[in-house]
Amino acid sequence: MTLGALAAPLGVLGFVRPHLDWHALAPELTLLGVGALLTCLDIAMAERGRAFTSALAGLGLLGVLVPIITLAVAGVASEPRVMFDGAYVVDGYALILKALFVVSGYVVVLLSMNYVAEGDYWENEYYGLVLASLLGMVVMASARDLISIFVALELLSIPAYLLAAWRKRDLRSNEAGLKYFLMGVFASAIMLYGMSLLFGASGSTVLADIAAAAPLDRGADAVPSAAVTVGVIFVLVGFAFKVSAFPFHTWAPDTYEGAPTPITAFLSVASKTAGFVALGSLVFVGFWERDDVYGPALWFLAAASMTAGNLMALRQKNIVRLMAYSGIAQAGFMLAPLAVAGVNTEVADQAVSAVLTYLVIYAAMNLGVFAVIMTVARRTGTGDVASYNGLFKVSPGMAVVMTVFLASLAGVPPAGGWYAKFAVFQALVSADNPSGYVLAGFAAVNAVIAVGYYGKIAARMWFEKPAPELGDAGRIPVPFSLRSALALTVAATLVFGVVPATVTHFTDVSLLATVTGL
Amino acid sequence: MDAFLNGWGLTLVTFVPLVGAALVMALPSGRELWVKAAALGASLVTALFAIFLLARFSVSRAGELQYVVDRSWIDVINSRYIMGIDGISLPLLLLTALIVPLCIVYSFGHFPEPRNPKAFLALLLVLETGMIGTFVAQDLILFFVFFEVVLLPMYFMIGVWGGENRRYAAIKFFLYTLFGSALMLVSFLAMFFLADGTLAGLDVARTFDMRALSGGATAAIARTSQLWIFAGMFLGFGIKVPMFPFHTWLPDAHTEAPTVGSVILAAVLLKLGTYGFVRVAVPMLPEAAAAWAPVIGLLAVIGIIYGALGCLAQRDMKRLIAFSSVAHMGFVMLGIATLTPFGINAAVFGMVAHGLITGMLFFLAGSVKDRYHTMEMSRLGGLLQQAPRMGWILGFCVMASLGLPGLAGFWGEFPAILASYNPAEILNEAVFRAYMVIAAIGTVLAAGYLLWMLQKTAFGNAREEFADSPDVTDATPREYLAWAPLLVLIVVLGFFPRLLHEATDPAVRESLQVEAVNGSPGDCLEVERGEECFERLRRVGEQAGSGR
Repeated sequence: MTLGALAAPLGVLGFVRPHLDWHALAPELTLLGVGALLTCLDIAMAERGRAFTSALAGLGLLGVLVPIITLAVAGVASEPRVMFDGAYVVDGYALILKALFVVSGYVVVLLSMNYVAEGDYWENEYYGLVLASLLGMVVMASARDLISIFVALELLSIPAYLLAAWRKRDLRSNEAGLKYFLMGVFASAIMLYGMSLLFGASGSTVLADIAAAAPLDRGADAVPSAAVTVGVIFVLVGFAFKVSAFPFHTWAPDTYEGAPTPITAFLSVASKTAGFVALGSLVFVGFWERDDVYGPALWFLAAASMTAGNLMALRQKNIVRLMAYSGIAQAGFMLAPLAVAGVNTEVADQAVSAVLTYLVIYAAMNLGVFAVIMTVARRTGTGDVASYNGLFKVSPGMAVVMTVFLASLAGVPPAGGWYAKFAVFQALVSADNPSGYVLAGFAAVNAVIAVGYYGKIAARMWFEKPAPELGDAGRIPVPFSLRSALALTVAATLVFGVVPATVTHFTDVSLLATVTGL
Repeated sequence: MDAFLNGWGLTLVTFVPLVGAALVMALPSGRELWVKAAALGASLVTALFAIFLLARFSVSRAGELQYVVDRSWIDVINSRYIMGIDGISLPLLLLTALIVPLCIVYSFGHFPEPRNPKAFLALLLVLETGMIGTFVAQDLILFFVFFEVVLLPMYFMIGVWGGENRRYAAIKFFLYTLFGSALMLVSFLAMFFLADGTLAGLDVARTFDMRALSGGATAAIARTSQLWIFAGMFLGFGIKVPMFPFHTWLPDAHTEAPTVGSVILAAVLLKLGTYGFVRVAVPMLPEAAAAWAPVIGLLAVIGIIYGALGCLAQRDMKRLIAFSSVAHMGFVMLGIATLTPFGINAAVFGMVAHGLITGMLFFLAGSVKDRYHTMEMSRLGGLLQQAPRMGWILGFCVMASLGLPGLAGFWGEFPAILASYNPAEILNEAVFRAYMVIAAIGTVLAAGYLLWMLQKTAFGNAREEFADSPDVTDATPREYLAWAPLLVLIVVLGFFPRLLHEATDPAVRESLQVEAVNGSPGDCLEVERGEECFERLRRVGEQAGSGR
């Protein structure tokens, strides 16, 4: 007797399998397959697997790009694939982000190859965890439902906690992992509480339904109820931790410093992007009408993050900590367009494109900086900014490449970062209201402050006498995998700057259109 | 040939230096001669293209943009790859294309410490791309990108090859300019959203097309918004010029920069700011320009007097020349502030003249430093005895700089003063006449400090410490080669200002007199009740516009 027949008399267990679009799910399934394959190989081959796990992980990630590209060719951007009653959506927004996650993951694997192989660590688990975390991110890109967002968040976070503490014989790494874990769990708890309030107020976990429910519809409810206000703010706070926005940034510098450098790169790019993706889906799909709640909150987070991040970065002596604070400031820039998104649909579309554009360009330049940091640290063995003194005289190529990335982070054309900043300014100005203009003013002043510390590193590399740590063995050798990572990121940074259409072509998406049919 | 120049001329003249820079970078650093030859070659090819452009430039149509290219670039924001030159851009383009090869020739023998000719020349060529690009861009975003490209090479040039205090000077230069351009970008964006391209005959409302924005698309923007937008641009361009309260980066940058860096800075980089006023700020927002003009004029005359007094207080020759730039750019800004074709023509002439003369003065200061290893004027003296030819050239340039009739400097200063006697109708005549008197006093002061400098450095006997110095020689052939074109041009433009005037005048008039759907905003500058005139245009504009 089958289960169905048993349940039939009861009439409640009648399970209808939801519609599954295998093509749309192919990237996730491929990623899952590659991860599972790595784990199986580890069990079967043990130590003999060391030689090829990294290569397999890299190839596997490139393989995941295949279904993403076929989905793009199939026109997902114009006809989104919706599953599970709107809880899981594959559209243009999701697709560009999935591609971004996978490519960033690939670069992280490139960065890791020498680091992990030379560090006497167990490699297989490392790549397995990276892939698991990436799977969480790829799911996050499509999640349009509170529960799937939460599950994706945990799926991407838990492996990341482990990876941060990967150098288990190093106290700093232990501290990094523990701090990240405790703060992360705390944030999850707050967010979950916020989600429960929202569910209570709207009666649904699907973002589109939440948006339509009366308490979140500004037309129906002019003043937000306390439950909605607290719920929205708590959810935002949870993700503010993830994207390391001020004042929820305290874990970032310690974690970045203690974690293995490739993982720091991974956290600062992919994990941060995942936080923004969730914020984007929540703000544009779930809460869009309630900009009287999220608007001021995000405005404050954006202005405070860029200012505080920049001011603290000015004082850093360690390059990785400096990049951590720089990341906080950059997060402020990315939050800024979200703060004005609720003005009207046109501004909302501008804002979502601006955030996506920023994320893509930021990924290229920030991964590039970390590639240089790792290459230089192989010689100097320290993260002290003073060890960059005179890099131009020792390794001119490395100094030029680093200068390109720093110029890009500072927003100096023709390196890509200028267009990212420009897109943010454009979104802020398009709101055409005082809060947008004031925030644009904040951003403009902060863009200048940031040059202070990016420029200082450039000045060290070009103007100073070579640091003793650089030694006198001539140019710093660059292993093949790091060389590929550098080439990829430098090319991307420059191409994005000179022909911004290469980014905007993909990031010109509208989230509102897919939900409200506006 | 014509078809080729029309399609590719401006693109080539802009990007050949960049290709040259890439080539220089790719050559092995051991082969110094190859590196130098490649850099010189690239800059000469650029100059050659600039000369082709000049030869086929139609002076009778100097008011219109020529060699226009218009291709798609960033579609999402309607920003296009638009380039073109008219009579205002052409002289500045030629000036840039001339100065850079001369700088390369000059630096051939002695690269400043720590040498590294490869990096030095590559940066110089990147700089050239940025400068030329700014003068030919006709799309605000493209303009902005080129405007910013200039920053980094100059920063490194000061920071790596500069003097004692180079790091401070370099970062100061960088932060000041970047601050200005960040606000400028916000202004550009505000204009993008508020202007209405349909008023200028485009089929889209939002545009960065400079032709449309200065062709009436901005007429419907509310007065308050215009004032704010102009304020942002004013900061961006004013810092670059530099105008009075924002000038403090300039003396530091000049004092610390290597000779060639100073020359480029004085001859071309400062002009990016004034060019911005002439090309962007004034034609696009004539109403706001009229409102701001008294302030600009005031800051300009303060700059003239302050710069002159600053000069008198200097003990360092290079710093003195730097302060004299502040004063000279004050005259240029005063010319622009009158908002008359006469004044703006004077300003454009002043830019070119200042580029030639002050560029020359910085070359000379560099050569003096090579010989005496100091810029302290109290330790210098007797140049006319020890290096008579160089001494005479210095005397000649000083005369040109103080505005002696018959040399180029005169045609920049004198008409600017004259123009402020009779500013645009919309402006307050009495205020500008007061400015005129102050500026005239400034010319007397200019004569004072320049002659004082000449006296200190060239007259008298050489100090004992340098009397038998083997380093002190007269000008070398390489120096003659670098200087001769500039000296010749100073005389030629002094005697035939018409050469320049013929090209600039139609372009200046065109930039003030636009024919938009709703009438010409430029006309409102020439009526006494200008504000009402602008208001009327705005109403017509709102009705005619796409109804946003």
